[in-house]
Amino acid sequence: MIDCLPAGTAVWEQCGRVPVVPPVRPRKLAKVPFVELADGRLQGVVSSGSDISRVYVSSVTAATHTYSCSTNNNRPCGGLSGSSPCKHLRALTVEAVLQYGLDRVARYLRAEVSEGADLIDCLRGGLGPAPAAMVFSRFLRHLAYLELPDTTMPIPELHWFPATRMVR
Amino acid sequence: MLAAQLTRLRDGEPAGVEEALELVTGFDEALVHGLARLSEQHAAALTALAGAFALTPIGEGAAEAAVKVVSGSIAEEHLTMLAGGRTALLGAVHDALLAELDAALGRERAAWQAAQPEADGAGNLLGAARSWLCELAITGWRGVDHDLVSASDQTVEALLAVPEQRRPAVLLDGLAAELRACCPIGTMERLPVRRWADLWTRALLLARAGGQSGERVAAERLSGRLLILGVDVHEHATAVQLQVHGVLEPAGGGRARLVRTSVAAAKVDTIVGPAVWKLPHRHPRLLSALAGRRSLEITDMPVLASGDLVWDDDRARAGAPVDAFAVARVSLAGALAPAAPPLDRHPVLIAEPVLVADYKVTRDGSFDLGGVVLAVDTDGLPACGPLTPKLVAGSSECIGLMRWDGGGWLLQPLAVRAKVKSETIEAHTGDWAMGPTDPKVVKAEARAGDAVAVLRERAGRLLRR
Repeated sequence: MIDCLPAGTAVWEQCGRVPVVPPVRPRKLAKVPFVELADGRLQGVVSSGSDISRVYVSSVTAATHTYSCSTNNNRPCGGLSGSSPCKHLRALTVEAVLQYGLDRVARYLRAEVSEGADLIDCLRGGLGPAPAAMVFSRFLRHLAYLELPDTTMPIPELHWFPATRMVR
Repeated sequence: MLAAQLTRLRDGEPAGVEEALELVTGFDEALVHGLARLSEQHAAALTALAGAFALTPIGEGAAEAAVKVVSGSIAEEHLTMLAGGRTALLGAVHDALLAELDAALGRERAAWQAAQPEADGAGNLLGAARSWLCELAITGWRGVDHDLVSASDQTVEALLAVPEQRRPAVLLDGLAAELRACCPIGTMERLPVRRWADLWTRALLLARAGGQSGERVAAERLSGRLLILGVDVHEHATAVQLQVHGVLEPAGGGRARLVRTSVAAAKVDTIVGPAVWKLPHRHPRLLSALAGRRSLEITDMPVLASGDLVWDDDRARAGAPVDAFAVARVSLAGALAPAAPPLDRHPVLIAEPVLVADYKVTRDGSFDLGGVVLAVDTDGLPACGPLTPKLVAGSSECIGLMRWDGGGWLLQPLAVRAKVKSETIEAHTGDWAMGPTDPKVVKAEARAGDAVAVLRERAGRLLRR
């Protein structure tokens, strides 16, 4: 959360235009086009290195830190064993840290990351179930935003969402 | 803006603003804990809000709504009535503040002319949106969890697919994303109490049948020369809006008018910074006028009663280069400002273009106009343009929007003139509309790759199978 006051104003709670969720940091999207912290999980989609039309759906559950990875056709990822996460999960966590910053991801997952360690090495939940189909459909929904036509009718409500260069 | 004008604004805190905002705050705090569990204090706050309307035509309805909600039988109509009351109070605050600002600036404003409402034809969807909003109010922000947030997903998705419902769709999407990012809200230290209540109230009123009609009908068509003052950028994870402020000199003479024109595009959270300029690509003439600091000749462009030109790139052609600072100095004073539509009477929607000069920048970044100080909102500089807090701090002239938030006036910069190494430079938020011009930023963009192109490729491969 951003708890700072616009200069000259009194109380953050009584401001309308305060940014609540910091914008995400730009990152390369080619390998991991989709990352989100939602529904109690860090989840996302990792493009396959060998097949251009295949993607992997990877996720880590908050608190329990169980993880899962499968293709969008629901086949389990071959690189995944009970004892260690696959390269897709590794890529997912690396990109999540780039996108949101380590603090925000660790706080969401309720993970303790010791100084200098990689997030993925601090997650020892083992294999667990995850709704891969739902994550994949959230990714498709995400992509569908880019298909919506723009509008030249004003949207006054967006005044509550000023653009900001603050990234925390 | 001159020191004398700012002093006048400072001295004249309009009567009643504080009292009205107290009533609003009382209602907002009731929303934090939820209407299902009203404490005595929160029940009293709802009753007080309704009581403010005792002598008005809605007095009886408001009183009944408060009684029902306090007694625990909470229906949508009661919440709508209270939301209407809160909106009316903030509308009055808006009117008082804008009148002060207009008086200080010597700005004349047109009277509001209502247009014929049109049917909006999304009844069921809006009903679902209202139900979700009522559920939020009953639960209270503190009780909102993932399941409650996700319950809005389908409604938002369906509303986004209907072009006429973009306003409620974009608003609900922004609110839901914020709530999702804050879950579990119960453990948050501080809540943006006013902000979330603003968004909730507005969404509930927009989702009424006919809630956004009447303001969306073109009142007339305008031709003439559009002189751009600057562009204000609005953005949340899945939307960006570029709102241009300018002065329109009507063809064939006549009084100049203050106008706005906007393009809003859907996006995703990973499209940030200068990449957002790739989204409104259907409007190349507008974008190149911003980037090239040129005027635009427009012909028969529809304009809403709110003073918003409904942009149509085919009705525009590029004009001559224009000095926005000269336009602000010469034309702002005499231009006729547009009226605010009824639902847009809210302090957050005050965004009046002004020119500020002859100031010294104080240590905290405010502008000192010879003893009277104007706060500057440097957090509100968009990442898609070249304006930085440092440039603003080194500036000697600034075109900006006068805003009112959190109990005070502040300036949101849109363009500055600054001295850098004994050279005077200019920076405008729209300078990078055709792509960044700063070599460092160009390089960083090239390194990061084209987010829009990557996602379009993925969409092409995965979405239509």
